[in-house]
Amino acid sequence: MADRARFTDQTMDLMPSLYNAALRMTRNRADAEDLVQETYLRAYRGFDSFEEGTNLKAWLYRILTNTYINSYRAKKRRPEETELDEVEDLYLYHRIGGLEAALAGRSAEDELLDRFSEAEVKEAVEDLPENFRMAVLLADVEGFSYKEIAEILDIPIGTVMSRLHRGRKALQKRLYEFAVDRNLASTDATDAHV
Amino acid sequence: MSDCNDALHQLYQFLDGELTDAKRAAIQRHLDSCQPCAEPYDFEAELRLVIRKKCAETVPESLMAKVRKAIEAEPLI
Repeated sequence: MADRARFTDQTMDLMPSLYNAALRMTRNRADAEDLVQETYLRAYRGFDSFEEGTNLKAWLYRILTNTYINSYRAKKRRPEETELDEVEDLYLYHRIGGLEAALAGRSAEDELLDRFSEAEVKEAVEDLPENFRMAVLLADVEGFSYKEIAEILDIPIGTVMSRLHRGRKALQKRLYEFAVDRNLASTDATDAHV
Repeated sequence: MSDCNDALHQLYQFLDGELTDAKRAAIQRHLDSCQPCAEPYDFEAELRLVIRKKCAETVPESLMAKVRKAIEAEPLI
């Protein structure tokens, strides 16, 4: 009994961030809920193998990503090894960073970025090819270190860094498209700042 | 100029908290005195916050309850 209580005591508080990642991975609520439930069951059954004192959140994420890869991705049968276009560094900054000055306010840039809607940011993340999406989610949304991400995804740290680098640029490119669609940025800014 | 290249090159490692204290301090010193480098740093840091904030989800109560119940139904470990 003690172990069941110990498991729930330690893991239930982490559900919001696991659910968050599950939603971005599966892109729908029903699958995300199933994925989280399956993750918790697997974690409970394997709780013996968790080493007390090590990173519980990273351990749960590892189970989540493995479960996703084994169950949900297989279901979709989607070829996900898409390559990303080459995108320059600081893509978004070069296009809308300068508007800060144009708007003549110290916090104009913050406001500008804040104008992206939740739906747009979520869509931009979800549009990333899977490998890149996982790395970006784990780093930018969940704040894991490169080493933790390498362990969660079972890939070398160099691969983590390159996926982050390219994934972040692709995310910025998508956000810029939203900005242009909504006239948050004019396409003229592209020429002015590149 | 090489300070600027260095700073921009290590922007993400800096924001990701992946630099040694010494490297981090060296870049911070540079940013304090170089506005053209500080601007993209601020921009990227702010963008990260916006992404994090806008991706936050609330877990449905029903999911919490369902998971608790599923674990209750498992044999004891």
